Amino acid sequence: MPEETEQREILDANEIRRALTRVAHQILERNHGVEGLSLVGIHSGGIPIARRLAAAIEAVEGTFIPVGALDPRLYRDDLRSAAAQPVQPTEIDFDVEGRPVVLVDDVLATGRTIRAAMDALIDFGRPSSIQLAVLLDRGHRELPIRADYVGKNVPTASDEQIKVLLQEEDGRDSVVLIRGVERKQANGSA
Amino acid sequence: MARRSTSAVVSTQERKPTPSKGRQVVSTSGVAAARPGLWSEGKRHLLDLDEMSRTEIEEILRNADGMKEVLSRNVRKTPALRGKTIITLFFENSTRTRVSFEQAGKVLGADVINVTASSSSVSKGESLLNTIRTLESMQIDVLVMRHPHSGAPYFVANHIDAAVINAGDGTHAHPTQALLDLFTIESHLGSIAGKKVAIVGDILYSRVARSNLWGLKTMGADVTVFGPPTLMPPELRDQPDIAKVAGSMEEAVDQADVVMMLRIQKERQSAGHLPSMREYSTRFGLNAKRLKLARPGALVMHPGPMNEGIEISPDVAHGAQAVIEDQVANGVAVRMAVLYTLAARSSVGR
Repeated sequence: MPEETEQREILDANEIRRALTRVAHQILERNHGVEGLSLVGIHSGGIPIARRLAAAIEAVEGTFIPVGALDPRLYRDDLRSAAAQPVQPTEIDFDVEGRPVVLVDDVLATGRTIRAAMDALIDFGRPSSIQLAVLLDRGHRELPIRADYVGKNVPTASDEQIKVLLQEEDGRDSVVLIRGVERKQANGSA
Repeated sequence: MARRSTSAVVSTQERKPTPSKGRQVVSTSGVAAARPGLWSEGKRHLLDLDEMSRTEIEEILRNADGMKEVLSRNVRKTPALRGKTIITLFFENSTRTRVSFEQAGKVLGADVINVTASSSSVSKGESLLNTIRTLESMQIDVLVMRHPHSGAPYFVANHIDAAVINAGDGTHAHPTQALLDLFTIESHLGSIAGKKVAIVGDILYSRVARSNLWGLKTMGADVTVFGPPTLMPPELRDQPDIAKVAGSMEEAVDQADVVMMLRIQKERQSAGHLPSMREYSTRFGLNAKRLKLARPGALVMHPGPMNEGIEISPDVAHGAQAVIEDQVANGVAVRMAVLYTLAARSSVGR
């Protein structure tokens, strides 16, 4: 059991905004524009971030970017812990067949969620490419997966947890590193 | 094992509707007393809704939302229960329930094996216990079971490591039907709490009515029942906290948000419980005129199969307010949610 926990803000609201603006530009650059592009946020942390990235891209290009929401829970490799939260409806009401899709999540860790999300996404069609954008990469990869776009790399210890607070859900933007959390919990988001 | 063959009368007396006291049912039986309750740590069977708390029911309904979306996809297949084996063991005829469970299991990626009593060793005289032991030795994860004897799934749950889902036992319970009814009401009306629900027909012998009574009560609905006096559990009159007993069809339907019609089991007529079908239709049937007494937009439900022209008129059964086909479609989503939840809970390796 952790004896005490210690919190430290590693990104404030402005830093989050700048990081996402940069990622939005990188997505545009890499894809040579927005032709056919769509963003799919992973439940639940990835959805507001996908919306913000889409808004940032639209602000630059003046073109609408479709945003979907995907719950990869039914594709995970850990049935027991996956079922701890209800399955959310996936909403991808646009065609992904033959088009580039950027998966978006808040924190990348083990890579297992992303593996599941790719399998889930492919059930909706065969994208021409799947790219990955995350606000934070905290390391601890257990699968050969990497992000194409990273807001900030945050090397963490296994007893540290990252908490992403967003305006849409929590009323403010902040990323907090919490020390003294057991590995089991810290591993929750991947 | 014929735990509650005189079920209706006995069981509603035995059981207080307080969800947290669901264990009472079990303790009076002496059979399933050792079983832990449902969803709490160690809960792993779905036998009836009187064992489920509101939170547990809501967990199933929320998962069913996600499952319903899966059913709307072009590729209706996920690997969630890959490597799990589900056996449906039906000792009674059924189309929709069995197919619904089979589809639910397959969409989740499980292997589903269907066993019907008439084509199994049961027809050679094998006992229920031996049948179960044989199936269990095949490493099954979930057993979905329908049996003509009330209480049979409770007996089986005591002798098997797999999760047991009651798909209808005698006149006792049909929990997944009640869950899909709750899901259908919630998805059309937004919530269940405070809604007036009329359940009309053979309340005494209906496992659908019984499970719905527990589920609706737990979710906070205001239930009125109506039916021929011979098919009404007498003790219900003394338990207004479970349901009001209406004196006429008009009274039952008046201002209802939901009118749930039950299938009249024609075999009851020969037992002297029923007047002629024509009289039944006149006094206990739902028609357009009576439906007008309900709230505008009230839902018309029926667990099927329907006797059109007897308990429900064809224009109502296929009218704008009928959600009977939704019930069938929702049944698959709800059973996916149940299978997923139970399989995850009994899952050791993954």
